[in-house]
Amino acid sequence: MAVKFRAGQQLVSAVDSTAVIVIRAPAADGALTCGGVPMAAPDQPPAPAEPDPSLMGGTQIGKRYVDEADTIQVLCTKAGQGTLALDGQPLVIQAAKPLPASD
Amino acid sequence: MRLTLLLDMAADGFGDRVLAGRRTGGMTAAELARRSHSGAALLRERAADALVYLDVNGPAFPVALFAAARAGVPLVPLNYRLGPRQLDALLARHPKAVGIAAQGSLACFEQAGLEAMTASAWLERTRDDNGEGGGGEADGGSVGDEENPVAVVIYTSGTTSEPKGVLLRHENLVSYVLGSVEFASAGETEAALVSVPPYHIAAVANVITNLYAGRRTLVLEAFTPAEWLRAVREERVTTAMVVPTMLARIIDSAEDRSVPTLRSLSYGGAPMPAALIERALREWAGVGFVNAYGLTETSSTVALLAPEDHRAAVESDDPAVRARLSSVGRPLPGVELEIRGPGGDVLGAGQAGRICVRGDQVSAEYAGLGRAVDDRGFFDTRDEGYLDAGGYLFVSGRADDTIIRGGENIAPAEIEDVLLRHPAVLDAVVFGVPDQEWGQRIEAAVVARPEAGVDPAELREFTLRALRSSKTPDRFWLVDALPRTETGKLRRREVPGLVARRER
Repeated sequence: MAVKFRAGQQLVSAVDSTAVIVIRAPAADGALTCGGVPMAAPDQPPAPAEPDPSLMGGTQIGKRYVDEADTIQVLCTKAGQGTLALDGQPLVIQAAKPLPASD
Repeated sequence: MRLTLLLDMAADGFGDRVLAGRRTGGMTAAELARRSHSGAALLRERAADALVYLDVNGPAFPVALFAAARAGVPLVPLNYRLGPRQLDALLARHPKAVGIAAQGSLACFEQAGLEAMTASAWLERTRDDNGEGGGGEADGGSVGDEENPVAVVIYTSGTTSEPKGVLLRHENLVSYVLGSVEFASAGETEAALVSVPPYHIAAVANVITNLYAGRRTLVLEAFTPAEWLRAVREERVTTAMVVPTMLARIIDSAEDRSVPTLRSLSYGGAPMPAALIERALREWAGVGFVNAYGLTETSSTVALLAPEDHRAAVESDDPAVRARLSSVGRPLPGVELEIRGPGGDVLGAGQAGRICVRGDQVSAEYAGLGRAVDDRGFFDTRDEGYLDAGGYLFVSGRADDTIIRGGENIAPAEIEDVLLRHPAVLDAVVFGVPDQEWGQRIEAAVVARPEAGVDPAELREFTLRALRSSKTPDRFWLVDALPRTETGKLRRREVPGLVARRER
């Protein structure tokens, strides 16, 4: 179930408490999954579903997740147990490049 | 993306951490989130269209910011030093506002027909167990229907014109935070000291960036060098932000200037004299300095000179690298920056022109006027400057302040920087005066250090040694003080009048 992504879009998991926000949207449509099950908009939450047990690597709040080709970047706003993936390819945590505090 | 998303993440990720006030008894992230619900319920009950904040900074301020954010109405922090007429004019722009104000200012709201309460009453009414308006977690945080409402309205200080209301939308502020701060990146013992007043963009940015980083903030209600130094030592402050006039007073103070826990000191809000930052670097060798450049219209910082840039500049033998100590560093990752010529053409490295910026954090939007961006989405800051070969930005000053003498454009800041290096000069301003022959001639007003004599002829010699004669002021005025805003910006418009009064 491929969808069109846009920056600022919020998505919630069908298998756990994971929630993300799209920071950088890929040009192409795609399917973002958590625990192997498609994520959906919070105002149209997906029906609870059983995750794929092999895709339960967990998500961490505040971390940015990217795909290998660096086409999508999402920010995890609520942690959970599932693994995020775009079109079946697991997303990985992007290393932080912190700036010094300026305010 | 709403600001409350950041607060809810903080409450979820490190809810027990104290984020505002003293380490014991301060406000935790979870408490701030609960209070924001209670405050939002109160604002909805009153059908408020804005929350006006007219008081010194304190724990009521972050609660006000997030309560307004959750209710989908703007927070409007106003300058508590405004005269009654200016204040009435601004309150009239928010006809259905609820106010948080110092006891002595409540009458202004009453006269305007607005409900207002003190900061302590606000904190009492937003206490989670108070029950007023439901409060607590019952409300899921639903806000107004608008897609991307205004989160904060900041009135520009109006150093050159009537105050304009700058509109900062949720997207602008959230983009700024996500683009410049890593979630929960602050250690448990980190603490930031805030000394700018709440109607300054840095105070607003400070609340949300430190919240997202998980860093406790402490507020200095009224800045004095002694209080600042005492607070840094007693509260074991690790991070602080000051405007240049504050740094000058701290470095000049006769107090104990040791700051053992301070690791990061950022400065901005007005041009930093080179002589001052050099002294500060020598004074506090263990502190990482950060020069931040930004405007209210850009949701705070758009470029910064990092601690390693400061060190590289001080240690380098290369004059181009050394010069970067006077730069504001490089643009943030989410900000595009261009230098434009008079015809709007994009200039290359080393060429001076107008500084223009684009990015999600750039609001460039004014109440009643709309967005001031060109067809490519760039905002003209009206600051003049150039980029060096390494992409470091040098700001020479406001376009409106440029002196045009005999067809030559002269930035007052360059001459002021020289004057401020003179050991007897405490403060200086350079301005243009109408002149029959040159169009404008250059004059300067200087404040002498206490017990130091300043001889205008010697100042002239001193300036001539550093600059061409066309940039040497024709006349030097000695004055007791320069007109500055509380946050250190020169009120240049008032200077010719100030010296004219001395002439009579």
